[in-house]
Amino acid sequence: MSQSPASSEISFVSHHDDSHFYKTVKKVTIILSIVTIIELALGLLIYKVGHGSHTTVLIIKGVVTILSLAKAFYITSYFMHLGDEIRNFIMTIVVPLLLFVWFIAAFLIDGNSWRNLRNTDAGSRADKTEQVEKAVLPGADK
Amino acid sequence: MATAAIPAGTKWWNGGKSPFNLSYGKMMMWYFLMSDAFTFGAFLISYGTIRFSANYWPDPNHVFNAFPGMGHANLPLAFVSLMTFILIISSVTMVLAVHEGHKMNRKGVEKYMLWTIIGGLAFLACQAWEWTHLITGDHLVLVNGEVVPMGTTVTQNPWGPESGVMHDGHMVNSPGPVAFGGFFFGITGFHGFHVLSGVVINLIMYIKTRLGHFDQRGHYEMIEKAGLYWHFVDLVWVFVFLCFYLI
Repeated sequence: MSQSPASSEISFVSHHDDSHFYKTVKKVTIILSIVTIIELALGLLIYKVGHGSHTTVLIIKGVVTILSLAKAFYITSYFMHLGDEIRNFIMTIVVPLLLFVWFIAAFLIDGNSWRNLRNTDAGSRADKTEQVEKAVLPGADK
Repeated sequence: MATAAIPAGTKWWNGGKSPFNLSYGKMMMWYFLMSDAFTFGAFLISYGTIRFSANYWPDPNHVFNAFPGMGHANLPLAFVSLMTFILIISSVTMVLAVHEGHKMNRKGVEKYMLWTIIGGLAFLACQAWEWTHLITGDHLVLVNGEVVPMGTTVTQNPWGPESGVMHDGHMVNSPGPVAFGGFFFGITGFHGFHVLSGVVINLIMYIKTRLGHFDQRGHYEMIEKAGLYWHFVDLVWVFVFLCFYLI
């Protein structure tokens, strides 16, 4: 293992030999392309069944989301070579990203709650403001 | 292995060593990208929150169905898939540029950097066309009992539900949620700005490569750092593509 020309503290590892590298890049490119084509097909499927069952559309959207996460994994792990770094370093990147689990869940649930309020009486305060006005008016008469 | 050469009892975290076996610049590029991921995440999640809170949201297959030179043909997802493939291919040429850098092959780095820059410019051109098409493409919308033409902007959205009024034999839409344009132009614009700055960074790296700066320095690590940024732009597009065009 030779020293890196960039810094004396870093050991420079050419991660793989040439033919292995080109094979990996080719494989990842093909995977990304195929996954994208599947995503597009599912997107068009939503277009076709868009007016059909709500659950079916939600399931298709869920599958597309999982496929996108797979693409994200291939890009970071192989194109950005994160998979070749030291495990502890990978953890300093990946563990903070777990915050997204709370982030997405909390805010989408909040949005959904807003829609529920919008569609019920809880979303309209018209009655209450009317009462307040009535309560104030007699006092204004004096 | 390198561990054999390290004396027992080495204190890795006391400074003067690189516990992650990574240069400062490359490590900080990773942490910058992580923070940038949270910025994009916050934008996309706020879009999701508003979309979840609305009873009606435009179907992207109806909004994004145009292709340059195809007139009014209904081609949902066609143009955006072209944009997606352009970005994937430019990511691949970037990987190849980094690899040529490892091999200290200046000509190879120059060639692949140039292809990556061309890919980035092609993507930006596509986005410019799409924005122009949306902003200037008028659609008839029923507003206060009147049928008026309306483009998609940050203040107007012609992609509302059907109004029930016929005009020239076509069903006229009501105005859609205004937030649609704001989120679309805001988030794709922020991504497009990342692509633009990525192209500028790649251009600087290309010029520095041509001037032989990295050969003098003895390594092509700058190409790796620029590459990380460029791949991140592709990574973000995966999620912008997902949130705006697919679901």
